[in-house]
Amino acid sequence: MSKQEQHWEKSRGLLFMTLAIWFVFSIGIFLFGAEMNEVTGPFGYPLTYWFTCQGSLGAFVILIFWFANRQEKIDEEFGFSERGDD
Amino acid sequence: MIKGNFIDNLPKVYGIYTGGFLAFIIIMSIAEQMGMTAKTIGICFVAFTVAIYAIIGYLSRTAQADAYYVAGRQVPTVFNGMATAADWMSGASFVAMAGGIYFKGYGYMALLVGWTGGYVLVASLLAPYLRKFGCYTVPDFIGTRYGGNLSRFMAVVVLTVASFTYVTAQINATGTIASVALDIPFQYAVYVGLVSILLCSMLGGMRGVTWTQVAQYIVLIIAYLLPVFWISNKMGAGFFPHFMLADEVSRIAELEAQFGFVKNSAENLKEVPKGLAGITKAHSAVNATPWAFISLALAMMMGTASLPHVMMRYFTTPSVKAARKSVGWSLFFIFLLYSSAPMLATLSKLSLIDPALPTGIIGKSITEVQAIDWYQNWNQANLMFVSDFNGNGTLELNEFFMGGKAVVLATPEIAGLPYVISGLVAAGGMAAAMSTADGLILAIANAISHDVYYKIIDPKAETAKRLVVARVLLVVIGFAGATIAALEIQGILGSVIWAFDFAMSGLFFPLVLGVWWKRANKEGAIAGMFLGLVSGAAYLVWVRTGGSGFLGITQLTFGIFGSAVSLVAMVVVSLMTSAPNAATQKMVDEVRIPSGKSILGKQH
Repeated sequence: MSKQEQHWEKSRGLLFMTLAIWFVFSIGIFLFGAEMNEVTGPFGYPLTYWFTCQGSLGAFVILIFWFANRQEKIDEEFGFSERGDD
Repeated sequence: MIKGNFIDNLPKVYGIYTGGFLAFIIIMSIAEQMGMTAKTIGICFVAFTVAIYAIIGYLSRTAQADAYYVAGRQVPTVFNGMATAADWMSGASFVAMAGGIYFKGYGYMALLVGWTGGYVLVASLLAPYLRKFGCYTVPDFIGTRYGGNLSRFMAVVVLTVASFTYVTAQINATGTIASVALDIPFQYAVYVGLVSILLCSMLGGMRGVTWTQVAQYIVLIIAYLLPVFWISNKMGAGFFPHFMLADEVSRIAELEAQFGFVKNSAENLKEVPKGLAGITKAHSAVNATPWAFISLALAMMMGTASLPHVMMRYFTTPSVKAARKSVGWSLFFIFLLYSSAPMLATLSKLSLIDPALPTGIIGKSITEVQAIDWYQNWNQANLMFVSDFNGNGTLELNEFFMGGKAVVLATPEIAGLPYVISGLVAAGGMAAAMSTADGLILAIANAISHDVYYKIIDPKAETAKRLVVARVLLVVIGFAGATIAALEIQGILGSVIWAFDFAMSGLFFPLVLGVWWKRANKEGAIAGMFLGLVSGAAYLVWVRTGGSGFLGITQLTFGIFGSAVSLVAMVVVSLMTSAPNAATQKMVDEVRIPSGKSILGKQH
């Protein structure tokens, strides 16, 4: 398998992982919204309510930065990262 | 001034700008103490900020194609994040969203999840790859990846339908704010708004829009957060509302249980002015079925990843790496406002409905409420209404009605904040609507000037001529948008949601599969865009004209149906026709790695 194919396979693996986490916070939680809202969440808000206000939103921010860093590492590993700084 | 090492000086330039704006707010509040009228303060806020944007727009003028189309591809990560956030957060986010949460509670908050979660798709599926491609516009990618003028043209059609639906709502919002702040009739205010919008984008194209959007973000975020913190402190709800409103949220649930949600008869509701609503849904309790919530969130997420004015912001970063990081920063800056909207809705609702608070009006006598100053003001502006349906002389929860905009616009006044805050909020709303309108008008004009005029009609046109065409289109599209906005056909929020559905119906799968599925070919893409858009639009018309719909897909989520049709059509037609040629396959391989030259040259 060529270097490029390996790189793409790893990138695709990262994509699926990112989308799986995204699925949990954007869809998974809200499948059980009514049940989870009985639980008290962070800062004392009802749990599902907290996720729609802050939790999921914050998770997305962190997820994107985590994804960007992981993808950069993959690019470096195979020597496909760009020269120069941003 | 804006040349040379302007880019290196950005933090300093915008630091001074922010300081200047804060000083302006302080000067205005001193002027208010000294007796300046509310009307003058409003005019000062709107005029001052719009003048600044116009100056930035003028300083960013350019005669180069890559500066006009993609800001020279040198916008640093964090600043591009701010510009995207302003581009993204429209008049609807700023003025209407907290109101929606106020009325509909949990079910409506699917929009918060949808309008943020979409950025995960942008970052992982599309933005870095489209940046590597080196295109000027979204149809530029479709046209080059799939080949052929027809695919390029179809992409322009989808883009125009979605963006135009969106932009009329934004021009409408600028007109609304300008007409209130400057006290002129809406029909004229719309054009005042339009001229302000064009001042930012006409001379500098994407470069002008980028630097004004950063300035607009700073205004809008200050204008949104300052009142939220101030009100929360004033009510004694906590100095950092985001972490401290749990008691207020449970108090609202308690009051809801106490008052109950009494349903008004259709006859009584006829009395209520159009566009006003009462509280009919629980605030924090789960009040929507999982599918209703998830389908709306999903439609908004996929729509986010298909809207061209957002995507083209990531064409302006210096590198692929920077494009990815920049998506993260965009969402961070959006998060600051979106996580505050439910807090504002909570504070606003509690201060109105809690009889234990001095501002609470529920439980007071109707005549007492009608005598309150702010009630009279907002009643006159057609944004508040009370009526004694049951004839007991006391205001009940179901007898109080408000317009969606009032939550953001009126809460500072209700909470007893000085008028300078209301002026600030007007400037913030104006900034939010202008920045989005700019991004959208530019997206449409660029797609038509670059993809239709230059790539299809006259490929030999010189840069100067191309940029003249681009600017003429900008003005024409702006005026068309303003003319339709002046007719006031639909509400702001409804048309914004439709724009997302149109975009995802026609563009989501052709864009994503263009990168992630090598086998996708021209015929498949054309079928996907065409059938997706047509079936989505047909579903919308069907539901609007009394159709029952299926699978719980409503007129707000018709994009789910459209994009499903698009996916099936694209896969089936691609597999039935021949695979893309070797050159195209190699191009896709190239797009998938960050290093090396971009597919399209610097000037194309």
